[in-house]
Amino acid sequence: MERETKIETDNLNLYYGTFQALIDVNIRIPARNITAIIGPSGCGKSTLLRCFNRMNDLVENARMEGRIIIDAENILAPETDLIALRRKVGMVFQRPNVFPLSIYNNLKFGLRIHDMLSRNDEIMQTIREGLEHVGLWDDLKDKLKKNAHSLTLEQQQRLCIARVLILRPDIILLDEPCSALDPIATLRVEELLRVLKRDYTLVIVTHNMQQAARVSDFTGFMYLGKLIEFADTHKVFTNPAEQLTEDYIKGSFG
Amino acid sequence: MPREGFHKRIKELEQDVLELGEMVITAVNRSVEALKSLDAREAKRVIDNDAQVNKKRWALEDKCVDLIATQQPVASDLREIIAVLSIVRDLERIGDYAEGIGKIVLMHGDQPLVKPLTYIPQMAEKAVGMLRRSLEAFVKRDAGLAREICIEDDAVDTLYDQAYHDLLSRMIENPSVITRATYLIWASHNVERIADRATNIAESVIYLVTGTPTELNVSRY
Repeated sequence: MERETKIETDNLNLYYGTFQALIDVNIRIPARNITAIIGPSGCGKSTLLRCFNRMNDLVENARMEGRIIIDAENILAPETDLIALRRKVGMVFQRPNVFPLSIYNNLKFGLRIHDMLSRNDEIMQTIREGLEHVGLWDDLKDKLKKNAHSLTLEQQQRLCIARVLILRPDIILLDEPCSALDPIATLRVEELLRVLKRDYTLVIVTHNMQQAARVSDFTGFMYLGKLIEFADTHKVFTNPAEQLTEDYIKGSFG
Repeated sequence: MPREGFHKRIKELEQDVLELGEMVITAVNRSVEALKSLDAREAKRVIDNDAQVNKKRWALEDKCVDLIATQQPVASDLREIIAVLSIVRDLERIGDYAEGIGKIVLMHGDQPLVKPLTYIPQMAEKAVGMLRRSLEAFVKRDAGLAREICIEDDAVDTLYDQAYHDLLSRMIENPSVITRATYLIWASHNVERIADRATNIAESVIYLVTGTPTELNVSRY
């Protein structure tokens, strides 16, 4: 059965000034699955992730060539509405980046900038759904006025995910989302990601190969700006096609 | 090599497999010799030594489990450990077949053999040869050699067929030999199974090298 592709790149090249960070990347990321991108530091995995919501536009001297197709549209086209793109393609970062506001306002903030505010009771319903989705509602429902910085790191990261979810994205990009968390919190967040994949396409960049093996359905291995191998995770971790992938995941280099 | 210690431990597994292989090859050769000469003392030695084979098997499995639990092996490292787990069980079972032949010798007692053994030593020689080459294929990571071994199993099956019909016709001719002839059928069946286990080991080697589980040759028995 043909898999539905959510993100497809076509000879994607990216330059930071004269340095080429991505070289002819052709990847097809399946819809409603978790795709992990692994590779040594500096291989271009975060750069690739940041292409999918045009975050690299914020980097001076960054220049992209090729095409990135999401839902039949080339998001690298100049007429792309970046605000709409970033609502549709949400992002979660390495360290939870909650705002120094109340939990409630952290969530309302996103709705406001995306002009999704409506009646107060509807906002409350949206926030509740968001918190329920990430497993925070029961703990926080009576503390919505508390400053989000008072939460544990795991709760903060879940809050960041909720903030993305309430904007009703299709795709969620996660850049090392568990690297600030302890192992148990990491496993719990991974469980959450597995629940979310029923409704969303998730792309996770991770240094932690065991995390990629545990959580993802598909794995891409990158090295020196190139996508060396992309296959289902079972294949990559039991019998990779490329020697370079084998050497990297076995810890023979890197 | 960032994981030198880990890869050294994987290499040690290989050495352990070869040692276990030598232990069971010795057991098979001794058991067939004991049957040829109806040597009860030698048979008893094979039976007693099987405890060492079992001990070695558990120790090796324990090492594999420890590596999986603590080192998160992947790719060919993972396949090697999975292959070793499988090979170790086949080797241990070959030890049991040798022990079984030892027990048949004790059951047979002092009565003379129905006939001097011909087929069983030939089968054993072939089976032990297959076993040695399957271990060689394991060490060399040679899937081609492993495939050749599987083909040899046919010759052992043919000898088993001949041994069975020979003994059957002797029983029909002279019902007084039925008990002793049945013992020899059991022994030849054990040797036939040893060759099948050598084939299993060759299949594990193919899995280790290619990553694809393969059933190469379905034994007739």
